[in-house]
Amino acid sequence: MKRSITRLLMAPSVILLLVWMIVPLSMTIYFSTIRFNLLYPGQNNFVGWMNFEFFMTDPGFLPAVSNTLILLLSVLMITVVLGVALSALIDKPFFGQGMVRVLLISPFFIMPTVNALIWKNMMMNPVYGVFAWISQSLGLEPIDWLSDFPLMSVIIMVSWQWLPFAILVFVTALQSQDTEQKEAAQMDGATGWHIFRYLTIPHLSRPIAVVVMIETIFLLAVFAEIFVSTGGGPGYDSTNLAYLIYNQALLQYDVGVASAGGLFAVLLANIVAFFLIRAVGKNLTV
Amino acid sequence: MIMMNLNQQRKFKTFVTGSFAWLIALLLFFPIFWMFITSFKTELQAISIPPSLFFEPTLDNFAIVQERSDYLKHAFNSVVTSFGSTFIALIIGVPAAYAMAFNPTRKTKDILLWMLSTKMLPAVGVLVPIYILSRDFGLLDSRTALVIIFTLMNLPIIIWMLFSYFKDLPKEILEAARMDGATPWDEIVKVVLPLSIGGISSTALLSIILCWNEAFWSLNLTASEAAPLTAMIASYSSPEGLFWAKLSAASTLACAPIVVFGWFCQKQLVQGLTFGAVK
Repeated sequence: MKRSITRLLMAPSVILLLVWMIVPLSMTIYFSTIRFNLLYPGQNNFVGWMNFEFFMTDPGFLPAVSNTLILLLSVLMITVVLGVALSALIDKPFFGQGMVRVLLISPFFIMPTVNALIWKNMMMNPVYGVFAWISQSLGLEPIDWLSDFPLMSVIIMVSWQWLPFAILVFVTALQSQDTEQKEAAQMDGATGWHIFRYLTIPHLSRPIAVVVMIETIFLLAVFAEIFVSTGGGPGYDSTNLAYLIYNQALLQYDVGVASAGGLFAVLLANIVAFFLIRAVGKNLTV
Repeated sequence: MIMMNLNQQRKFKTFVTGSFAWLIALLLFFPIFWMFITSFKTELQAISIPPSLFFEPTLDNFAIVQERSDYLKHAFNSVVTSFGSTFIALIIGVPAAYAMAFNPTRKTKDILLWMLSTKMLPAVGVLVPIYILSRDFGLLDSRTALVIIFTLMNLPIIIWMLFSYFKDLPKEILEAARMDGATPWDEIVKVVLPLSIGGISSTALLSIILCWNEAFWSLNLTASEAAPLTAMIASYSSPEGLFWAKLSAASTLACAPIVVFGWFCQKQLVQGLTFGAVK
């Protein structure tokens, strides 16, 4: 009786997610094995592994894979390290603590397209941007961020967006830290660093796992920031897998190759997820 | 150097860390502040070097944006898709999370991980099928398609967050309710929901924010009719010249509702985003 109710309550979610996973995925698998170019309708013969070969020998393939991983790892590093540091910094009361918290988490509410447009134009523009103005005032040559450091520019934009999320989660977690334990440690002569290292960091291990997990989901799929700012360029310098596949499917109309690329992206996501769950999984509440 | 007593020393330390925190917060907030300021400038002031801080504010840009891209229509689309899909996802997700939290089996952990893993499927991997399916069902450029996709997209995270909350609820209360003859439905509505209203609302908040800012599907599946604000903004990215003031006005309009919403709810968010990380 109880079991059947449990199943009944879970059924809608499980069924919907199952359909959401299986239907598009099997269609993608099918498309990846046929010739399917929107410019040549009706010529959909079976081609086996050709689409995969085509995708993996694309000059953009290796840069896209490495850019995807570099983007993922750098943003994870930046947001987790700075997130822990900043949330520890604003944990103790000080003047305007609430306001500082509001300012710090605000970038999370900014949509990726706006984020990219602000940074691309008003911050990083080599002539009229704020950064260029600062460089000039210091007597330095302005940097053309998007052309000279395209991937780094994207990393900056994405980190700016996700650092607040990390701060949000860590601030929440720090509120539940045992203050008596901290005071006891202080009485025993522990320095601020020791308290941070041996009490705060361990306390944050689970929230860190949560942040890494959720951010990975979104970071593997970064799209809008690249679409709006660098367009993947120059060359393939800031193309990630998502953008490369988008290019195949929508700009070259080659659905077959794009589907093969999509499957590769799924595979990569699974590999990352596998290592991730091994690394942080034991810290997740499941 | 003047000797400070312990109290003064502590005050001084608070002052230093406080100022440092303020400095970083202002730096991180600067791009948003700058976008907001620029939206009140003329195009000429927007690109002047050195940047002008004092100027006569104008509202022209906002009028032009409304006229050129019908802001209100896109804002309406954003509201409908983000609130609608969050509402539906909660209706589907609450019972599932409840069932898993209160009647866990050996498979519960696997099911949760599997649900999360569906989020690991990169959207771009299934872009073409979803595009074709939407086309065949006549749902291209429709709010319905976005609501369906957003619902499914956020369902795993919603279930996971709710699960963590429900799991931390004191079991004794439920058992007491059951002793008093409460049906499972009573249990959810009269006991679990009131106790976890905080958790549910922060889950809803996060979902609304994620939907509002979702850009991949809205860029690829909508054209004009159903386009939410994320897609409207992308139309300002075309390099047709430097129109930063208008761009800023459009951006400010697109973000203002969710930023203000977020500010009002930030306390709730900060208390709620525990993901079961708090015992």
